[in-house]
Amino acid sequence: MRLTLHQRQIIWAYIFMSVALVFFVIIRWYPTILAFNVSFRDWNVFEGSGPWVGLENYQEIWQDAGKPRSSVTAAFSNTVRYVLFGVPSQLVLALAIALLLAQIRRLSAVFRVAYFAPYVTSAVAVAFVWNWLYQPETGLINQGLDLVGLPQQPFTKSPAQALPSITAVAVWQNLGFAVIIFLAGIQQIPSHYYEAARIDGANAWQLFWRITLPLLNPIIVYLTVLGTISYLRLFALVQNMSPQGTGGPLKSTTTVVLEVYREGFSSYKMGYAGALTVLLFFLILLITIIQLRFFSRRVEY
Amino acid sequence: MKRSKLFMLIGALLVAAMLLAACPAAVPAEAPASDSAAEEPAMADEVIEIEYWQYNFAARVDAMDQLIAQFEEANPNIKVVHNADIPYAEFRDKIAASVPAGVGPDVATLFYGWQSVWIDSGYLVPLPEDAFPPAMVAEKFSPMVQASFVEGTLYTLPTAVRALALFYNKDLMADAGLDPENPPSTLDELADQAVACTQRDDDGTLVVQGFVADPAAQDHHWFREVLVRQFGGVPYTDDYTEVLYNDEAGMQAWNYLLAFHTDLATGDRDLFDGSTNAFVGGHVCFHVDGSFRLGTIAKNNPEMNFGVAELPSHNGVKSTFGSYWTHGLTKKAAADQARFDAAVKFLQFITSADAGALWVDIVGELPAQLEAGSNPELLADEKLGAFAAGLEYSHATFFADESQQRQAIIDSFDMVVLTDEDPATALQIAADTDQEVLDDFWSSR
Repeated sequence: MRLTLHQRQIIWAYIFMSVALVFFVIIRWYPTILAFNVSFRDWNVFEGSGPWVGLENYQEIWQDAGKPRSSVTAAFSNTVRYVLFGVPSQLVLALAIALLLAQIRRLSAVFRVAYFAPYVTSAVAVAFVWNWLYQPETGLINQGLDLVGLPQQPFTKSPAQALPSITAVAVWQNLGFAVIIFLAGIQQIPSHYYEAARIDGANAWQLFWRITLPLLNPIIVYLTVLGTISYLRLFALVQNMSPQGTGGPLKSTTTVVLEVYREGFSSYKMGYAGALTVLLFFLILLITIIQLRFFSRRVEY
Repeated sequence: MKRSKLFMLIGALLVAAMLLAACPAAVPAEAPASDSAAEEPAMADEVIEIEYWQYNFAARVDAMDQLIAQFEEANPNIKVVHNADIPYAEFRDKIAASVPAGVGPDVATLFYGWQSVWIDSGYLVPLPEDAFPPAMVAEKFSPMVQASFVEGTLYTLPTAVRALALFYNKDLMADAGLDPENPPSTLDELADQAVACTQRDDDGTLVVQGFVADPAAQDHHWFREVLVRQFGGVPYTDDYTEVLYNDEAGMQAWNYLLAFHTDLATGDRDLFDGSTNAFVGGHVCFHVDGSFRLGTIAKNNPEMNFGVAELPSHNGVKSTFGSYWTHGLTKKAAADQARFDAAVKFLQFITSADAGALWVDIVGELPAQLEAGSNPELLADEKLGAFAAGLEYSHATFFADESQQRQAIIDSFDMVVLTDEDPATALQIAADTDQEVLDDFWSSR
């Protein structure tokens, strides 16, 4: 059988892609399928197996959610709050910074690196640094507050402030990625749109609202979806910034993923943890579908 | 047209082949298990290799290395592989992740409070009675080791045990005009001296903290097994099926602990990320902690001038909380008779009185065997004596799930301190949460 050049190219393409496929199958798909399987079983972590119990784990989660001061309820409501606080602030800040960065020529590379650096820093390292900054009395932020005569704040030590404090760090950490994507989007908008609008007498505000923002819509959708998913999966920051990594004080910062971890690896209740994972999976799926449906509209000029 | 279909087919087959190739790699549990089964008919003179795991703590690793060297010299046909690379925080996760893959330990060291969960998970096997007769354990080991019997069956044994005692910073006491050679011996004295020792600057910021109540450190143990008993109660029924600390005595004990934070205001656990750091850093006068903290202080603040006394008594009642890291035999060991015998031998060796005596010198934990623990030299030791003295009146809580039961006390403390919850309501919530954990555990048995 003789192959044409084109056919050989296709074969090679499949061969190269199959390497990535193997990676995904082993590292992503297999554990996902396993998690579904585990969630229907009374899974024994040391045996790596367990009897089928149907929906028992899900029923247990449902019952736990009905109890007062339930960790499960706290985890789901906190997770939603992280998304609601985190995603909009991240988008607005990133867009503002990207617009400013698009204006400057000098040192723009330096600024980009500065904004992007936290994104590639380990979340654990970020958490440690911010723990110091947030420290009562000796922390930099509280000393700053002292200096300008404002009262000290407990930040992560108080049930009311802990979640916003951790959200702020997450926003700070993820900002750079959104800035870079926004910047790329802004630079893709053809300059003749702006020129034409200016000739028609549009002011800067109108340029932003009528041209920049609508044309950035696909990017906003993309960043919203990715951002939402990343806040729904928040874990490392909470584990390293809450007291003893428990999602406290008083469960005020715990997330679904943190509860999965605690149930699975501290109480060894793998079936229960698996069921929580599956619920989170469907929550992410549902929110993503809704977002894609309602936010993505085509804008063309 | 035909050709392109052919290539689609080839592509699809390739993908399918990759999927198939991925499958065996994705089922890790089977392969190693059958490997070890194949090695089973070991010859008598063949070297048997067993694996021992503990978490990474320099002094423990050092002590165990010495014990293993002695053991291997006495038993040339047994080789012990020592894995102590796992940080404390990841130890439980690592065990959970490794064992199903067939690469875990034959002998593992675990906190005694984890036993129930590990046994329920089918991970630990009972210790053979001929090698470890219950009568021998009752006679020779510290009474707290009875917590190693779960429903009458012995599952683990320790080399060493620990107890709580009162650490005091002599320099800070002297600064406050207190006599550093006369640390508080009753709860009332502790409260008075903690107040006297506390110093604030002009803004009201704490400079020296008299006593920092911190249930996330050792104070949850201090509350349950010491304070509750001293105010006339008992924390649980004898079989640890029912919570009893939510009574009048428990309430007094609870108020005593809370007062350090609320009424007396002798400390703030948030200032240095917990009472332990604050004491080790030299900012706190009095602190309840275990003998294992001696090593931390020696390493991080060797200059500190401190002493250790027995925990303060109250109403003439002395009590302390005892706890221990203990060694168990795993399912992996039990799967192979030759390895199991070797593991039993090793366990007998590391739980002997001699091993305990070596351990106390290096790690600073007290020997689990009374013979070594009641050594007059040890009792006279300036630092270790107070802990050793506590062994005879120590209580070890039987935990169904240590981390959850601990969290119950922490959360209720937080409710009072952070959200102004009524202390009695908060204590009742702790008791209810704790009881739920116990019910959950006992109902499944």
